[in-house]
Parts: sequence; structure tokens; C-alpha cells
Amino acid sequence: MNPVATPFFFYFLSAMALISGVLVITRKNPVHSAIALIFTLLSLAGLYLMLYAPFVAGVQIILYAGGIMVLFLFVIMLVSVSRVERESQFNKQWLVGIAATAALGVLFILVYAKGKSVFPERTVQLPEQLNTQQVAVWLYGTYMLPFEIASLLLLVAIVGAVVMAKKRI
Amino acid sequence: MVPLHYYLLLSAILFACGVTGFLIKRNIITIFMSIELMLNAVNLSFVAFAARWHVLSGQVFVFFVMVVAAAETAVGLAIIIAVYRTRETLNVDQVNLLKL
Repeated sequence: MNPVATPFFFYFLSAMALISGVLVITRKNPVHSAIALIFTLLSLAGLYLMLYAPFVAGVQIILYAGGIMVLFLFVIMLVSVSRVERESQFNKQWLVGIAATAALGVLFILVYAKGKSVFPERTVQLPEQLNTQQVAVWLYGTYMLPFEIASLLLLVAIVGAVVMAKKRI
Repeated sequence: MVPLHYYLLLSAILFACGVTGFLIKRNIITIFMSIELMLNAVNLSFVAFAARWHVLSGQVFVFFVMVVAAAETAVGLAIIIAVYRTRETLNVDQVNLLKL
């Protein structure tokens, strides 16, 4: 059960995710950033499929690429984009930004250097066919209370969004 | 079979992209997108570890992270609309007062 997860697809999908991830933070127009972010999300969904998580991949496409990004595009259309484009895009925190990126760079070089010894190869794979069923068993068994709390959180978020976006209650 | 630390490496680079965008961008919508990028990077490492240790808890956690991200996006974009209505700008450097 190893035909899909060839290294080629990993390199292809991760290159797509990285290129569009860089485009997200470098484009001037927020609409272009949003479209680049959609490409990142879709390639991450492909990587989830490679990691034997079809349920998460489906939720990623439906919820992130289909729901959250549409919300983003709606808001971009509601506010004026043309004026944003004329302003300077970056603030004066270059030093902090470069420092944070350098620190994270050191982190991932360490992961690359020590990764092989800390995480040795294992050939165990998750059963692909029963994934969604097993996630449901976990969700409604062990994680029952967090699941209910999550539904409550969504209700609060809906009410909060309506209250804040409305001109006059 | 791609080794686990490649996935962690990709996740770290995507997270660094998100942090950089969060720190250096001025447009509040793009800052929000950088946050989404960071959340997705963390989700990727969750799923990679779930596949590595053969435990589905990681995938369930990704589900919860997505729920929190959806709630955060809905409320945050409502705040952006409210800020734009009162201030006519999306530049975070100019949004420095709670009340006009």
C-alpha cells in the first residue's frame, strides 16, 4: 500500500506550497495574496493525502479553501483595495523580522541535521480505508467534551461576528 | 517513503514565512493571512507526527485547530470591517487607538 506516496509528489507539492507561501507575503494586492494562500492550502491537502489522512485533506479543502478563503475574498471586496496598493507595503520592523526568520532558520537547520537520528525510519502506516471512521470514533469517544466546546465556540464566534460587523444593533 | 523530518522542515519553513509576513506587513488582511499560514504549518506537523506514531490524536487535533481558525477568522474579519468603517484605512500603523 505504497503507490501514491512517491517522493516526486512530495517535492512537487512542497515546492508549490513554499512558492505560494512566499508569494502570500510578498504580493502587493491582497487578492493575489489570497489566491496564493489558496494554492498553499491545496498543496497541503495533497500532503495530508500522502500522510494517510484523507479526512483531514477533505476538511482542509472544504473548510479552508472553500470557506475561510471565500470569507477573506468577501472582506477584501468590501474594503478598498486600490488605496492599499498605493501605500508602502512593509513597516519599519525589518530588523525584528530578519531576526525572527534567522532564529527559525537555525531551528530548521537543526531539524534537518538531527532529524535522521531523532526520528528514525519506520514503515508502519495508517490504514487508509478506515481513516474517517477511526477519526469519528476518537472524536465522539475520547474527545467528546472538546468537540462540544468547539461547537459552543463556533456559536459564540457567529454571534460575535454579527455584533461587530453590524452598524447598529 | 518520504522521511518524517522532511515534513517537519517544510512545516518550519512555512511557519517562518508566516512569522515574517506577520512582522513586516502593514496591511491588516495580509497579516491575517500570515496567521493562517502559521496555523497550517503547525497542522502539517501534527498530521506528520500522527502518521509517524500511528495514533490518530494528531488528526483530531488538526480538526480542532481548524475549528478555532474558522472562529478566529470570522471574528477577526468582522473587526477588520468595523475598523475600516471608522478609520478608512487598513494600515496597522495608523490603527493605534481603541476609541476615536
